[in-house]
Amino acid sequence: MSTVNFTFDGKQYAGEKGESLASALLRNGVLHFTDSSYKDRPRGVMGLWVEETNALVNVDSGAGEPLKPATTIELVEGLVVRSAQGVGDLPDTRDNSRYDKANRHVDVLVVGAGTAGLAAAKKFSDQGKSVIVMDDKPTAGGHLVYLGQPVPAELLAVLDRENVTYLPRTTVQGLYDQGYSVATERRTDHLDANVHTEMSRIRTWHIRAEHTVLATGAFQRHLVFANNDRPGIMLSHAAATYVSNGVSLFKSAVVVTVDNQGYRDAIRLHNAGVQVSAVVDIRKKVSKSSKKSSRKAIEKLGIRLIKGATVIDTQANLDGLLSSVTIVDPKSDLRETIKTDLLAVSGGWTPVVHLATFIGIKPTWSEKRAAFIVKHNDSLTSTTGMLAGDFGEDDEAETFFGPKLSSEQALVAFVDFQRDATYRDFKRAIDAGMRSIEHVKRYTAIGTAHDQGKTSGTVTMGLIGQAIGKAPDEIGSLTFRPPYISIPFAALAGRDRGLLSDPERTTPIHAWHVASGAPMEDVGQWKRPWYFPKAGETMHAAVLRECAAVREGVGVMDASTLGKIDIQGKDSGEFLDLIYTNMFSTLKVGMSRYGLMCGIDGMVFDDGVTTRISENHWLMTTTTGGAAKVLDWLEEWLQTEWPHLEVYCTSVTEQISTVAIVGPKSRELMKRLAPSLDVSNESFAFMENKHAEVAGVPARIARISFSGELAYEINVPAIYGLHIWESVMSQGADLNITPYGTETMHVLRAEKGFVIVGQETDGTQTPDDLDMNWIVSKKKDDFIGKRSFSRADTARDGRHQLVGILADDGSYVIPEGAYIVAGSDAATPPPVKHIGYITSSYESAALGRSFALALVANGLARKGEKIAIPMADRVVTGVITDSVFVDKENTRRDG
Amino acid sequence: MLHIPCPYCGPRDETEFHYGSEAHVAYPENSANLTDEEWAKFVFIRSNPKGWMAERWVHSAGCRRWFNVWRNTINHEFGPSYKPFTQQPKSPA
Repeated sequence: MSTVNFTFDGKQYAGEKGESLASALLRNGVLHFTDSSYKDRPRGVMGLWVEETNALVNVDSGAGEPLKPATTIELVEGLVVRSAQGVGDLPDTRDNSRYDKANRHVDVLVVGAGTAGLAAAKKFSDQGKSVIVMDDKPTAGGHLVYLGQPVPAELLAVLDRENVTYLPRTTVQGLYDQGYSVATERRTDHLDANVHTEMSRIRTWHIRAEHTVLATGAFQRHLVFANNDRPGIMLSHAAATYVSNGVSLFKSAVVVTVDNQGYRDAIRLHNAGVQVSAVVDIRKKVSKSSKKSSRKAIEKLGIRLIKGATVIDTQANLDGLLSSVTIVDPKSDLRETIKTDLLAVSGGWTPVVHLATFIGIKPTWSEKRAAFIVKHNDSLTSTTGMLAGDFGEDDEAETFFGPKLSSEQALVAFVDFQRDATYRDFKRAIDAGMRSIEHVKRYTAIGTAHDQGKTSGTVTMGLIGQAIGKAPDEIGSLTFRPPYISIPFAALAGRDRGLLSDPERTTPIHAWHVASGAPMEDVGQWKRPWYFPKAGETMHAAVLRECAAVREGVGVMDASTLGKIDIQGKDSGEFLDLIYTNMFSTLKVGMSRYGLMCGIDGMVFDDGVTTRISENHWLMTTTTGGAAKVLDWLEEWLQTEWPHLEVYCTSVTEQISTVAIVGPKSRELMKRLAPSLDVSNESFAFMENKHAEVAGVPARIARISFSGELAYEINVPAIYGLHIWESVMSQGADLNITPYGTETMHVLRAEKGFVIVGQETDGTQTPDDLDMNWIVSKKKDDFIGKRSFSRADTARDGRHQLVGILADDGSYVIPEGAYIVAGSDAATPPPVKHIGYITSSYESAALGRSFALALVANGLARKGEKIAIPMADRVVTGVITDSVFVDKENTRRDG
Repeated sequence: MLHIPCPYCGPRDETEFHYGSEAHVAYPENSANLTDEEWAKFVFIRSNPKGWMAERWVHSAGCRRWFNVWRNTINHEFGPSYKPFTQQPKSPA
């Protein structure tokens, strides 16, 4: 042990390296740690470990961390902490620590390295199993460490075995299905107060274990009496441990207990030189064995024993520290006040049932132990030690949570210290008729603080039982949720921060987009250029310029992100007929066709253009975000419904780059790029595909248009994508070739009334609803979704249908998502029945005004009707129109 | 996270799979002749049992195969998995 210096609330102290901050402060004479969150009551340390509800601190040194129990911080040189009054704050500086993850498959995971956990590890290790022992404390041995007793050497030796991995300071945070657990290992905070950039500060473990042994031990719990929260009142096990380790704050002590633990702790206090004035035992009678051991020992030491009594109230000195306690016998007139500066409370043990309840195992109430325990043993999970009810020889707790209190006393009798929730708050919940702990919790906030009811949970269950005359297990069961203790988000992220937080998909042309200064839009995991601003240009101006360039000259877009599925096999045509609403098997080789896919419910699910490359070879395109979903969908039908069809699907999204040149001048540009290609309308018609050399590279060129303009999509192996793009830019320079992004693409397609699946649709639109009846085959016997089109609900009147909306004020762009009401309701005060909502809304260069697409009830029959859109500050009026705003006759696509 | 036994690849983490609802709900051959009620039953109604259920999963981030597997909806325990159009193993119940 070496002496280290640390700072608490701006004041320097010295302590021993490795001891807990709580212990060091107590040894320095600090009893009043902080004030309570809401009622500003003085509070001190109560517990030993993560059950601590009062002594929270914000750590400012090292990586910094808010709201940590002082009981769990290992002292290091230069530690700087501030007391936290219920509210944490993060340091302003960036955390440069390293965080990491590890995965491990193992035969047996043992949670807890107390004697029970060590014994379990030994048993499985003896059987030749691989074992991981995870323990959240710095040293193995559980309570024995606190008691200062040696851990049996043959148990400790297990941790050194070859088939055993022991991870101290490792908290199992969650236990999930099929033996999966997540743990966090603290690796540097105990070494020094530095930020570690080489070694990870916290390592998050993902463990898959064939079997998990829960040996999680137990916490002591408090009792509910008036003024039970003063500095100087502690759990007895904690008090005895601190005093035994050199805390000399307390000259005298009173112990109040419901079990024999109080006796043991009284003896420890006595042995450490504290004058124990009395042991107050709620139990009148105990068994013979207790009489022989615990009570005998107390009497031998000359400690006064008050049987059948409890503490009901406490008093404080001028500093707010405990000065005396009032004792009553609920069944007699005994009432006595004893001066003391320590009240050690043993309210019974609360086994750590958290992990068990995470996977749905219900704790049961043991009357003998006055505790919720988990006795469980199946192939995946078993419990042992105190969790399983093994409390040792002579513990015979009485089920007791606190004496009957007057209404004044109830105001200051705390159930949850951190939330400042009192018995009176609790009683109000009961009086309001609440009986379930879940309801009481939400009514009182008990169990919702950083400790998530580690100690207050069982106390609350017990109090409900006491209040309505039932056993705690008749009230219900404790249910906890992961994580077991709070985790910094950085630990869960590990190295997946910043750029690595999510995979990024970029096209081969991406670097060009970035260099040109285009802001990116996220489309799924894809990065797509949003617009290409010129120096000093706003997005608004850039998009109008790009739109105008496409409608009047020529633009170029990177369409490489479109999902592409290569489909081969002799039955591909038949298969596509079943998948799409329209006919594909009759499509001529070299032609493309736009298709809609529906679910079996008849709702539009994806769309795209599919090309017949050769007789039995097709290339399907999907929406950028829908590619994976569509591939799963195709495979589902092929593998589970129509295995007789010979069809093979392969994702080729990343193998092909697509560069679209769009606009009336695109023919001229195409001619320059592919001199060998006859680009005349007669020999290269709309929806036709041609193979030709483009800028010296073999390419497939498709006459497909998502803007309504004459357009050529140049498809090349991905490796040539950038080359094609650069060739387009240089060959088109004198045509004022204009690169455009997703925003312009959206505006152009909306001007033509082309839908985007996921924007105009939300999974409740049929092709009819989108005014796309033309794409639903009347010839095919069946296709996915067909039968649903005639369902009563799909065929009914009044469904929302795709229409256009023009605001009377053409300079106003209606917000997407805005609700539409009938024009006759423009002046009606709310609530007003809405008839639909805006799905897309833009300013149009071609129209010289704003326009929108919308889904409106019966919309197709309401064209020309006035509508109104109530906004927060105004009512916008407008009219329902056709959904096609530009080139209704499709004359522009041929140039 | 579930540990799902793919009949082609062996047990793998849930993140590699996508769920495909109840198994053995065949697409009706004569959909045009079904009443609205019969069709709605196929589209919308599933047995949703408490206990063992045969389900469809796809190993999307693995072999891309669809398969069936028994799963207990109470505790997420998995029973045997099996390939489509093979004999269904008995319910582990």
